[in-house]
Amino acid sequence: MSRALTLRRWRWREPSILPGFAPALGFTLFYVGLIVLIPLCALVARPWEHGIGGFWATITEDRVLAALRLSFTAALAAAVVNVAMGLIVAWALVRFEFPGRRLLDAAVDLPFALPTAVAGIALATLYAPNGWVGALFAPFGIKIAYTPLGVFIALVAVGLPFIVRTVQPVLQDLDAEVEEAARLLGAPAWRRFVEIIFPAILPALITGFSLAFARAVGEYGSVIFIAGNLPMKSEIAPLLIVVKLEQYNYAGAASVGLAMLILSFAVLAAINLTQRVIARRGAA
Amino acid sequence: MRTVVASRPRGLFAWLAITLATAWVALVILLPLASVFIEAFRKGVGAYLDAFRDPDAIAAIQLTLTVAAISVPLNALFGVAAAWLVTRFEFVGKTLLLTLIDLPFSLSPVISGLVWVLLFGASGWFGPLLDSLGIAVIFNVTGIVLATILVTLPFVARELIPLMQAQGAEEEIAAVTLGAGGLQTFFHVTLPNIAWALLSGVLLCNARAMGEFGAVSVVSGHIRGQTDTLPLHIEVLYNDYNFVAAFAVASLLAGLALVTLGAKAALEWRLGREGAGAGRG
Repeated sequence: MSRALTLRRWRWREPSILPGFAPALGFTLFYVGLIVLIPLCALVARPWEHGIGGFWATITEDRVLAALRLSFTAALAAAVVNVAMGLIVAWALVRFEFPGRRLLDAAVDLPFALPTAVAGIALATLYAPNGWVGALFAPFGIKIAYTPLGVFIALVAVGLPFIVRTVQPVLQDLDAEVEEAARLLGAPAWRRFVEIIFPAILPALITGFSLAFARAVGEYGSVIFIAGNLPMKSEIAPLLIVVKLEQYNYAGAASVGLAMLILSFAVLAAINLTQRVIARRGAA
Repeated sequence: MRTVVASRPRGLFAWLAITLATAWVALVILLPLASVFIEAFRKGVGAYLDAFRDPDAIAAIQLTLTVAAISVPLNALFGVAAAWLVTRFEFVGKTLLLTLIDLPFSLSPVISGLVWVLLFGASGWFGPLLDSLGIAVIFNVTGIVLATILVTLPFVARELIPLMQAQGAEEEIAAVTLGAGGLQTFFHVTLPNIAWALLSGVLLCNARAMGEFGAVSVVSGHIRGQTDTLPLHIEVLYNDYNFVAAFAVASLLAGLALVTLGAKAALEWRLGREGAGAGRG
């Protein structure tokens, strides 16, 4: 009787014949605690030095609000553009055999590996009024570098691989027979895309969107060179953290950092919710 | 089920999609990459090489190598331990642990630097204590290493976890049942199975460690010749309008990125041939 009870007792881990649980757990928890958890506690705890009023006063400063607005709108806009262009790139890579396809496929990964400072100075030089691309727009009075438009361009360059690499495998695994059946039944190409392909890749598109957005909101190195960093105009939120740290305003810097985290988690949660609603509608 | 096979493009829309895709990748990715090398050699090979004769550049290269040499092995060790823990055992709180391991990916690099200043900076939690002991973390190599470890923490673990999950524990269980010890099992069964994925994760981790800018920039203090890593040295040169030198140093890091991607592609091809596909980074 009591033996049966012991067996059914709640266990915090399943027994395993494999060795190494204790050292692996110990080391992993120690490492994560030291490198991720304790530093994160500091970020959550530091903004309140001057009470909740201090936190609120910091994040409602005009300059901070302008920076948060720029970071979030530019990141969302860049993610939208990347969804469209990333889908086209993934589509071309999966569906067609053409010269240079492998090179194109390999090139997509580059923003993952290229240091942000390198991308940053390259983009700033290209899109400056006398740069290769900037010079094409300068005669029309369009300035790209040192404006919010420059921030947007840099975020587009950073986010592209996130969409391509999430959509590509899903496109690859689509069932060819459904499409063929639709074609044989006389559905035109646009209808096959809208009614068969698009619903199937929509969750991947949304995942790619949120990955690209999350990366873009916090992006620093590839943006600051092209942004010009004019207060109230082209300053991104991460830069304001740096500015506040330079003034030894730790609470202020932590406040901006925490606000960025909370806002981006809110946006990601909203995207996640949308995805679930869509999934449920798809299943119904 | 049969999947769609890539075919020769037919029709206007096919060619339109290919042209658009190629033009976009060329504009957004290849043009900036090409411009790095073109700007670096704008004033000839002599001026390019001069950028690396600068003592500050040599110091930056040494610092970057040192930081990577400390942080990459630590994160590789962590990645193996975490992957072993997460894929071989069932325990409460695993999802939370996985979230924490992934978290650095969704942190802004600047925040990954900021947290160390909040802990160890002049008015950080442990700042006064460290100060009285005469230990400097912020504006010092230690801070740069800590920031780099935080930023690159998930790389190896993320590469190993999907692979070890897919491989399952049967081979290790067989080894242990036959009387092999823990380390024996690890070195003779597990390690050979994950070697290529481990290498791939280490390469990505290293590329990021050597190229990290935001996090390092916050903790470094930009002391020339002492706490400037290669990416920070690029910033210094660029802000001094020393563009050829800035792009020359940048071309070194761009070269590292290209080599990393090439090696990763080769490893993935190998992994694919061995029939075990690891998740993409």
